[in-house]
Amino acid sequence: MKRRKVDLQQAPVTAAKGVDERFQAATPLRALLNKVFPDHWSFLLGEIALFSFIILLLTGVFLTLFFDPSMKEVPYEGSYSALRGTMMSAAYESSLNLSFEVRGGLFMRQMHHWAALLFMASIVVHMARIFFTGAYRKPREANWAIGMILFLLGFLAGFTGYSLPDDGLSGTGLRIASAIMLSIPVVGTWLSASIFGGEFPGHLIIGRFYIAHVLLIPGGLLALISVHLGLVFKQKHTQWPGPMRTNTNVVGERMFPRYALKQGGFFMAVFGTVALMAGLFQINPIWLFGPYRASEVSSASQPDWYVMFMDGLVRLMPNWQIYIGDYSIPPLFWPAVVGLGALTTGPIFWPWIEARKTGDKRIHNLLERPRDNPERVGIGAMAFTFFIIATLSGGNDVIADKFHISLNAMTWAGRIGMIVLPPLAYFISVRICLGLQQHDREVLAHGVETGIIRRLPNGQFVEVHQPLGPVDDHGHPIPLEYGGWVVPKKMNRVGALAPAVKGFFFPVEKPAEAPVSPGMPPVSGDDREEITSGRK
Amino acid sequence: MTTLHDDATDASKAVDVNDPRLSRFDIVKEGLRRDEIEIITYESQFQGKNSKAEKRVVRNIAFLFFIAGLGALAFLGFYIWWPWRFELGETLSDFYTPLLGISLGISLFAVGFAILAWAKKLLPHEVSIQARHDGGSPSDEQKITGQTMMFVADELGNGVQRRPLLKGAIGFGLAPIGLVAAAPLIGGLIENPHKDELPIMYTTGFNPGKNGGNPVRLTREDGSPIRPEDVSTGGQMTVFPGIPHGATNEYADSPTLLIHLRADDAQATRDAAEADRRNKGSMWGDYVAYSKICTHAGCPASLYEQQTNRLLCPCHQSQFLITRNAQPIFGPATRRLPMLPLGVDDEGFFVATSDFKDTVGPDFWERP
Repeated sequence: MKRRKVDLQQAPVTAAKGVDERFQAATPLRALLNKVFPDHWSFLLGEIALFSFIILLLTGVFLTLFFDPSMKEVPYEGSYSALRGTMMSAAYESSLNLSFEVRGGLFMRQMHHWAALLFMASIVVHMARIFFTGAYRKPREANWAIGMILFLLGFLAGFTGYSLPDDGLSGTGLRIASAIMLSIPVVGTWLSASIFGGEFPGHLIIGRFYIAHVLLIPGGLLALISVHLGLVFKQKHTQWPGPMRTNTNVVGERMFPRYALKQGGFFMAVFGTVALMAGLFQINPIWLFGPYRASEVSSASQPDWYVMFMDGLVRLMPNWQIYIGDYSIPPLFWPAVVGLGALTTGPIFWPWIEARKTGDKRIHNLLERPRDNPERVGIGAMAFTFFIIATLSGGNDVIADKFHISLNAMTWAGRIGMIVLPPLAYFISVRICLGLQQHDREVLAHGVETGIIRRLPNGQFVEVHQPLGPVDDHGHPIPLEYGGWVVPKKMNRVGALAPAVKGFFFPVEKPAEAPVSPGMPPVSGDDREEITSGRK
Repeated sequence: MTTLHDDATDASKAVDVNDPRLSRFDIVKEGLRRDEIEIITYESQFQGKNSKAEKRVVRNIAFLFFIAGLGALAFLGFYIWWPWRFELGETLSDFYTPLLGISLGISLFAVGFAILAWAKKLLPHEVSIQARHDGGSPSDEQKITGQTMMFVADELGNGVQRRPLLKGAIGFGLAPIGLVAAAPLIGGLIENPHKDELPIMYTTGFNPGKNGGNPVRLTREDGSPIRPEDVSTGGQMTVFPGIPHGATNEYADSPTLLIHLRADDAQATRDAAEADRRNKGSMWGDYVAYSKICTHAGCPASLYEQQTNRLLCPCHQSQFLITRNAQPIFGPATRRLPMLPLGVDDEGFFVATSDFKDTVGPDFWERP
């Protein structure tokens, strides 16, 4: 029998053909390789959340290998001698063992916690970017809503997660969670008894939180993140206005090879950041808090940062109790149940509220610069001011202690600030937006200020302006139309000076780029969105 | 680019991909045309091949990959050979986690920057334009799908409309199955908070019912009983019910603060207590005991300010005035801390003559 010769060069082609015959992958795969993505640094904020989530899954699986979600009381006999002999729950004991007896366990635990904080922080910053640039407008309303739900799920994942070690601090958090459930009218006591399996703390809650934290909530997150990314893919990414960019195209780079490679590099950089933080900055040192005891707490008991706004709202709430016959609604109900519910679900509806208000039914694929929509910026500034005051109030005892301020004064400052500062933030940010708009128009009409002062024959001094476009017979610039994008305002932006600093990696013999004027994108007028001052 | 769409669908621009004269890039461009993409610029970032700049970039990227490898090896080295077992005091093991973080961080950063530099500096600079298609499917497609769905609905819906027996049968058949799914979840989880003989919401470990009907002693955390002289004047002590597991989280609502007041404060406290229906006769001499569980959110209100006779809860800063029946005077709490009726038994140890007369802990809807 003659041996068949294997043509090695032809092997990949044959294999690929075989795959395609079975899955018909050629056309969709080509479309994927060719897909064009627009590029801007602010589009990467959401990526940080995605990458943190991957790190959370990786480190989280490691932690489950050693954690015991049981509330059985056991004596501690590990190597942290300060607690040796103390009775504690098996959950706390296994968390201590994870930190002290497992090689590299503390590093993994800290990586998990830092990645969780980064996950929530990048979600907030990413959503701020989406909000202030109007990226949530039609057709992307659903993705905004999914993003809000992802924040809420992340909040729950964080709370259930830091409750698991059952240390002194997290037990206090659970105690407050039980009180929040109790405050709900009519069903409060039933709800708390059902969730805790009887009286607080019971023996079940850590096990229940565990399954929620490692299965139910991550499952929901994973499903929603997939839908989120699928929609970004299907609807194509928004882009900033600029040269060649219209509402009906995407200008950027193909996904492969350059864009995907950059994503990979960025993931590694995020991973490296989390690793550095986990190694260098201690987080949640549970061995210092001791096991949870109902009779013990210390000052400076703060939750993780994304829960602090709720704690702050609870601290600021005046002691207003509502009595209805023999029944009553405690003041805790308003900030912790109604407040949290409204603050996390209300913004879901914002895209539809705005569209209804403006009567805008068009499709928007071009982003708006924040200054071009002052009203929206004002509302966003108002929301963030509220959030920041609430968060700071969540740590007002620490601020009072460190700066030697009366604690009661801090509470009152928060109460008054919560009412006075958001409208102030609205007013100031709207004025700033209008001012920036006006300056853009001014430069487009008169040109860039050169800093050169000329004295006229009659003794008058004028500043020479460099027109950005053509001039009329008298040498005066013909006013340019605003393009919705950055207007050059300095002479070296229009090529008066070569870039002074050669950056790291910057090739020296690279030819000087011809200066482009982003103020004048060479686009025909028909498919461009009309850009107005944004004030209706 | 209004012309882009026309370009892409314009069959005359199509090329025969089997034409042997075509370069690979020509074939790639044909794919781009089919995906409605136009390449505006695609050019090397360097002038000429093997330019000085290109060589330097390549050297830098190689250096970064080298650093990444070194960092990873360092991580493995630290992980395996650095003493890692925790010991109290300053030891080398204190640096175990920081060394892991630094080595892994440097390694990952180097990989990240190497890949980024490769993508940003080595690969040709590119600007491409792809057409978008917004605004729904073609209207005939919309119509066909809509009619198909209506057809399906008609088949099922009208079928049921015409056959009333089926309607009832489906309702009867499916509704209980839905309940079957819900039943174990609800039935298993739901707990009646008021079912016990000593209802959990209103009973603490100081209830004589927990001690066979006898008054419960006040004890320290280790279970030892307390005599009045154990608490110095102006001092305070956290006490627990003297029953099995009384100091554990099983009785999380029972921790109580026993305070020995100075004589003048004690007089003021007694006057206030005697004027109160519930707290009347609950003090013992100059001693008073208040529940430690904050009536706001249940944290221990444990910061005792001796000078002002206030109790502060560190969670949400509710403040209670000891000399006025622990009335809240600041913060979100609305209800005073319940007072534990004190007595001293035959052997001279503190006992609770009865359970708290007010409900302990955070407030709720049906609290009497």
